[in-house]
Amino acid sequence: MIYIEQIGKYFMMLGRVFTKPQKPKIFYEALMKEIEDLGIKSLGIIMFISFFIGGVIALQTALNLDSPFIPDSLIGFAAKRSIILEFAPTFCSIILAGKVGSYITSSIGTMRVTEQIDALEVMGINSINFLVLPKVIAALFFYPFLIAVAMALGIFGGWLAGVLSGLFTGTDYIIGIQTDFKPFLIVYALIKTLVFSFLITTVPSYHGYFVKGGSIAVGKASTQAVVWTTILIVIANYILTQLLLT
Amino acid sequence: MIEVKDLHKGFNGTEVLKGITATFLPGKTNLIIGQSGSGKTVFLKSLIGLHKPEKGTVSFDGKINTHFTDAEKQQWRQEIGMVFQGSALFDSQTVEENVMFPLKMFTKKTKEEMLERVNFVLNRVNLENSNDKLPAELSGGMQKRVAIARAIVMNPKYLFCDEPNSGLDPQTAIVIDKLIQEITDEYQITTVINTHDMNSVIEIGEKIIFLSKGKKEWEGSSEDIFSTDNEAVVDFVYSSNLLKKVREVYLKETK
Repeated sequence: MIYIEQIGKYFMMLGRVFTKPQKPKIFYEALMKEIEDLGIKSLGIIMFISFFIGGVIALQTALNLDSPFIPDSLIGFAAKRSIILEFAPTFCSIILAGKVGSYITSSIGTMRVTEQIDALEVMGINSINFLVLPKVIAALFFYPFLIAVAMALGIFGGWLAGVLSGLFTGTDYIIGIQTDFKPFLIVYALIKTLVFSFLITTVPSYHGYFVKGGSIAVGKASTQAVVWTTILIVIANYILTQLLLT
Repeated sequence: MIEVKDLHKGFNGTEVLKGITATFLPGKTNLIIGQSGSGKTVFLKSLIGLHKPEKGTVSFDGKINTHFTDAEKQQWRQEIGMVFQGSALFDSQTVEENVMFPLKMFTKKTKEEMLERVNFVLNRVNLENSNDKLPAELSGGMQKRVAIARAIVMNPKYLFCDEPNSGLDPQTAIVIDKLIQEITDEYQITTVINTHDMNSVIEIGEKIIFLSKGKKEWEGSSEDIFSTDNEAVVDFVYSSNLLKKVREVYLKETK
C-alpha cells in the first residue's frame, strides 16, 4: 500500500516539476549550473571506466574465443555490441545513478531539512519546479553525449587492449566493429539513455524533496534513492529491450 | 494587520493548534511564546501558508489567505519576509546572491539597481564587506543578519521570525532583537516572532501571546507579563531565578 502511495506522490511531483519556469533567465542559469554539476563533472569517471571496461570486454572475448573456426574480427563485433547495447547506456547509467543520484538526493534533502525549500515556498517560488526541472533537462540534454563518449572510448579501449596484449590485431578488431553495423542500435541505446536520465534525476529528487528528519534521514534517503534508481533502470532496460529489439 | 480566527491544525490525527484567535497590528513586534511542542512553529507556518489550516482563517489586511487567486497569492508572497530558525540561507550562494535572490526572481530591476538595494539592506543590518562570503563562512549572528536582510529586501509588509535568537550568545541576541524592532518601527511592518528567549520578551515584546498545548493561554504586553497572575505564564517566563528576582523587584517598585 505504501508503494502505491509513493508512486502516486512521485507522479504528482512530476506534475509540479513540468510547469513553466517562473523566470526564464534564472532557469537558464540553473540549467547551465546543472549541466556542469551533473554532466561535465561526471565526464571524467565515465571516460575512465568506459576505457578500461572496453579493454576488459575485448580481452575477455578474445580469451574465450580460442576456436580456429571463429575469426578474430568477431572480438571487435562482440565488443562493439556489448558496449553499444548494454555497457555504455545501462552500466554507465547505473554508475551515474550512484554518483549523481546520491548528490541530487543529499543536496535537495539538505535543503529540505535546513528549511531552504520552505524559504523558497515562502517567497512564492514553485520549489519543486525550480530545483528539479533544470536537473531533468540538463540530464536529458547532456547524458546522451556522455553515453556517446562512453561508447567511443569503450571501443577504443578494446582496440588498445588487443594491440597491446597481442591477442588480436587492430585490423581484425576494426573489421569486427564495421561488420553488420546497424545505426538503429545507437538509436536504441540513446532512447534507453534518455529514459535512464529521466529516472536518474527524478527518482533521487523525489527522495530528497520529501525527506523528513535530519542528516541521518538525508543519508538514508540517498541510499534509498540509489537503490530504487538502479532497480528502475534495470526494469526499464528490460522493458525497452522487449519493446525496441524483439 | 493580520487577523487569525479559530485556527485549527493537526497532523496524523493529533490536533496541534486548537482554535487560536489573535490580531497582529502593523508597526508592532508581536511575540509568540510557549514551551517546546506548544505549537508555536506550526502556528507561524500556518500564518505564512506553509501549513493549510483545517479550520479557521488567517486574514491579511482583511483578505483571507486561502481565498487568494493565484495572482493575489503571488503578490501576497512577495509582501512576506521570513527569518527561519536556522537562517535557511542558500548554502551554494554568496551573501550577496542570497539577498539578491528575491529581487532577481520577482523584479525587473537592473543589476546595478539590485546591487544598490542589496548593499542598502546589508548596511541596514550592519553587515558590510561580506558580500562575497558563503553562509558557511559566517558566524550564527551574521547568518541571522543575512536572513533578515533577505527577508526585508523586497520591502515586506509582514515579517515573520522563527526563533531568531536560537543558538546565539546573549549579546548578539539583543543586537538581533533590536534590529528587528528598529526595522519594524521604521517600515511599519507587522512583525510576528516565535521565541523562547525571555530577554526578547522583556526587551521588544509589544504584544505577547502565550501558547500552551495548542491554545492561546494568555495575551498582553511586556509590562503586563510582570504583573500577570496567570500561573502557566509565570511558571514559563520566570523559570530562572534571575528572572524571578527581576519580577520581584519590579513588583516591589510598582507597589
